[in-house]
Parts: sequence; C-alpha cells; structure tokens
Amino acid sequence: MIFEVFRQERKGQAFAHAGSFDAPDERFAETYAREFYGRRAESVALWIVPREYLREIDDFADELGRNYHRVDGYSLKEKLKLARSAAQVSRGEPAPPTRSGEG
Amino acid sequence: MNVAQRAARVDLLLELADDELILGWRNSEWTGVAPSLEEDVAFSSIAQNEIGHARALYELAAADLGTTADELALDRQPDEYRSAPLVELRQLEWARTIARHYLYESADAVRIEALQAADDPELAGLAAKIEREEIYHRMHAEMWIDRLLASAEGSRRLREAVEELWPYALGVLGEELRPVWEERVRARLGFGGPSATEPVQRGRPSDELRELWEEMTMVRRSAPGARW
Amino acid sequence: MSPDDFLEYVQSGGQVEAGDSMPDEYRARLVKFIEMHANSELMGVLPEREWILRAPTLQRKLALTAKVQDEVGHAQLIYRVVEDLGKPREACLEDLVSGKSKFHNVFHYPTRTWGDVGVIAWLVDAAAIISQKALLKCSYAPYARIMKKVCWEESFHILHGRDVILALMLGTDGQRELVQEALDRWWGPLMQFHGNPISAEDDPMFVWRIKSQGNEEARQQFLDGYVPQILELGLTVPDPKLRKRDDGVWEYTEPDWDELRHVVTGHGPRSQERLELRRVSREETEWVRRAVLAEAA
Repeated sequence: MIFEVFRQERKGQAFAHAGSFDAPDERFAETYAREFYGRRAESVALWIVPREYLREIDDFADELGRNYHRVDGYSLKEKLKLARSAAQVSRGEPAPPTRSGEG
Repeated sequence: MNVAQRAARVDLLLELADDELILGWRNSEWTGVAPSLEEDVAFSSIAQNEIGHARALYELAAADLGTTADELALDRQPDEYRSAPLVELRQLEWARTIARHYLYESADAVRIEALQAADDPELAGLAAKIEREEIYHRMHAEMWIDRLLASAEGSRRLREAVEELWPYALGVLGEELRPVWEERVRARLGFGGPSATEPVQRGRPSDELRELWEEMTMVRRSAPGARW
Repeated sequence: MSPDDFLEYVQSGGQVEAGDSMPDEYRARLVKFIEMHANSELMGVLPEREWILRAPTLQRKLALTAKVQDEVGHAQLIYRVVEDLGKPREACLEDLVSGKSKFHNVFHYPTRTWGDVGVIAWLVDAAAIISQKALLKCSYAPYARIMKKVCWEESFHILHGRDVILALMLGTDGQRELVQEALDRWWGPLMQFHGNPISAEDDPMFVWRIKSQGNEEARQQFLDGYVPQILELGLTVPDPKLRKRDDGVWEYTEPDWDELRHVVTGHGPRSQERLELRRVSREETEWVRRAVLAEAA
C-alpha cells in the first residue's frame, strides 16, 4: 500500500507534502514514516495517509469573471480620491491641489 | 562502592555493552540487503541505536577503568567479550533475524526495567535514556512478529526460528529475571521453546564471535594505536 | 499540448506533475534516467557496505552505517518517482539484476582499503552531489522535489568523508599512503563520472530540461571545487596534464571513454559480483515480500 506523508517542520507551521513509501499496513507505515521523515529531527509531526484516500481536484472553472470574492475584483484608489476631495469641498475646505505625478 | 562492587558494576556494564555492540554489528549486516528498501532503512536505525547504547555503556565502564569506549569495544581479545551467544550468531535469514530481534528485545526490556530501579543513579539514568529508544525497537519487533504469525509461511518459519534460538535466548538473562521474560514471551507468541532447555550461557566466545572479531577489528589492528 | 509546445514549455522553466499529460519520449527518458539514478543509489550501497563491519571506531561505524542507510533511503525515494511514472519497483529491480538497466560507473569498482571509504565519501559523493544539484530545477517536479531531500541528507556524507581523510592524513605514513593509493585508483573513474563532453544543446537530458547543466560543466565544477582541497592536503592528483588555464578552465588528460562504456555495460571489475550479491539477497528475501509484506498477507 502506498502511503503519502505530510510533514510539519516546526510547531505552528503548515503540514507540507514530504513524499511517499510502501508499507503493508498502518503499523509498518508509522514505523517507516518515523524513519524516513523523522530520523534527523527534521519534523515535529507527521500525517500519513493511504494514497487511495487522497482525492486530487485540479479543475476550477471561472468563465464569467467571478472576481467579486477576490481582492483583484476591487479597485478603490480612484474612487477613494474622488470621495476624499468631495468631502473636503462639502466641509468648505479648498480642494487639494493635485501634484503632478501623484495618482 | 567498595572494590568488589565496582568490579561487579564494570562486569555488568560490559555484559550489557557487549550484547548491544555485537547485536548492532550483526544487525548492520542487513544494511543494504534487507527484504524491502523501507525495512532496510528502519533496521539500519535499530543497528545504529544499539551501537549508540553500547557506546554509552562502555563510556561508563571506561571512566572506571581509565580507558575509552573505542578501546573497550574494539581492542579487547575475543575471549574477553562477555556477550550472550544469542547476539553472536550470524543470522542472514529474515525469520531468524526477527526471532532473535524479538527474543533479545524482550529480554533486554526486562533487564532495563530492573536497571532503572537499581540503586545506582548513573546507571539508572542511562537505562531510562536507553529505554526511550528501546520502546521503538520493541514496537518494530512486535509488528514483525504479528505480521509473520498472520501468514502460514511466516508463522512456520518463525516457529522454527524460535525453537532453534530458544536455548540461546535463555542465556541472555540471569536466573532471577528469566522467568518474567519467559512468561511474557510465551503469552505474546502463544508458544515458546521446549521448557526444559539448558541455556547457552555467556562467557564462552563462539566461533562466530571470533570470526566477527577478525573482521570488525581488522582496520584497527592494521595500525595499532593510530587514530582513525 | 503538442510535443513542440511541451518542449517550449519546459525550456521556458515550466514544470510537469505526475498526472499531467506528457510526450511519450519525455516519459521514456525520464524513466530511464531516474531509474538509473535509483539503481546507482542502490548499487552504491555495496562498495561501502563491506566496510560497515570493519569501521575502526564506534563513531565511524555509526556514520558509515547512517550514510549507507541514507543511500538505501534515496533509492527508495527515487524508485517511488519511477513507479509513479509507470514502472513498478519490482520491475526495476528485476531489470537491474538481469543487467538490462545500468548504474553509475563508480559503483563497479572494488573498495580495497579504508582509504577507499574516505575517498568514496568525500570525492565520489562530491561528484554525485554536483549532478544531483543540477536536478533541483528538473522540469519533472516530483523528481526535483525529492532531490531537495536527497541533497540535504547527503550534505553530511562529504563531511564524513573529509573527516575520515583528515584523520588518515594526520596519522602514520601508512595511513597517508592509503589515501594516496586510493586516490590514484579512483581518479580515472571520477573523471569519467560526469560523462563525455557532449554539448548541453545536443544532450537530450538538457533539451528536455531533465537536468540543468551539461556534462563538461559538471566536471569543471568538480575540478574547481575539489582539486584545491586535494592539493592542500599534500596529495597528488595522478594526471600530469591537469592544470587550470588563465581563463579558469581546467585542462586534463582525456578520460578513458572506452573504459566508461565497458564498465557501465556490466564489464567493470566488480559489476557481476555485485549484481550477483543483489540477485542472491533478492532470492533469499523473496518469501518475505511475497508472504509477509504483500498487503493481503
């Protein structure tokens, strides 16, 4: 049975895929994982998962520009500038001179 | 400690250290040729741990004897080694290797438990450290035992090996600790060797040890006193 | 992706995963190359394994066992990559012992003395690390990823080798002679190790970006890094033509390419003996894999 190993290098870090090996059952898998990914104290924790239980998904359709739930869907800079200067005018302050190169 | 107690302590340390050294040396014969690549890596670590334990034990003895761990491990004559004949056997056959591994580790566990309770803080402390690694050796031995027992061929080969090695295994522990060990092993395996067997005692170096000694000291003997 | 597009993709730094579609030629070259690498790790175990039982101190014994253990571990990692490309490990091992596939030239030679143990760990590993570092950017991503682990683990091997050599060089005349004598025997195979000086553009392994440098570049890097280290210890390199030109390029006696071909096709001084050891040990442990390690045991 092929087992996939995920390794955490330091406490608080994400587990990252480390590799795979062959083992006849879970007890052997634990022993082998410890040897292959822990014998130099390079990991603080390991996840081992039989490969057959992993599902890979690598198709993500976004044909119609659903950018509203991403940061690149929002450009606030111009609108913010206009809103700030409108607010100054309404408080009776002179609109700030636009320095060249700014914007 | 008086002189006699010191001498007894050194004898005990050398007995433990020689067992670990010789078994570590024997187990390292599998490095590179084990039944699977995964197992090769795992069994190699066990061999290294055993040599590491031997070194720590020799260091304690060396402090008393005014020598070094390397000199105790590699500069004595074959008939000065105190190892158990079980660890001296050349076992390049996997069922026998696992049988010896299990029989030895289970005996070693009984011995280490006794040492941890001993009235010698230095030795008890070292025994506790060693035990933290030995836990994994036993897990390894037991998972193999269970796996062998789960198949007809594995089970047959394991039984044969245990039978053959039984008198040697009896020789690892002294009479006071032997019954605890025997009971545990029989409970775990569901069988053991014939109960009226005469143990093969330590202290009489086997031909196999002499042969191993020739090889393990050959580089060192080629330039006596040199540093390597 | 058409084969041409694929080629352009990998040449512009693109990487490929195990499940991606790839041209047949690319897959075939990957399998052959990576399989030979795994074979070499596995066969590279044997020359040093003989000396595990003879290591002259406990520290050397531990370090050498650990080094050989790493090599077995690397063989495992690398065979896994081959397996995911479609060729099972057992098939690779069968092809290895039957002589159908190859392994690196340096592992066909005998290990005669403890001096060899030092020279192998220091210089053979140095040459191998140069080749392996050139795989960190491999277009086949699963291989590139495990190379990171391999290179990291091997970093102690060269230090272990240098330490063995330094102890010998600081020892008796006899010990120093062990090193020089071993170096004299290993120099030829070391110079052949990176292969004939075919230009990178004509090397399919470079064209497909399986490796990122040409053979001669690797050899020059080896000479640049290690000749000064050899000379500073008072050792002699057995090549009267060896010199570094003003433009920084090393000149050397043409390596014996006939010997290289002869050796890697299974005619080296220890080729058959080592393959026989693999055959026998595989046979003796076959029942374990079949009856015990098989999943349905």
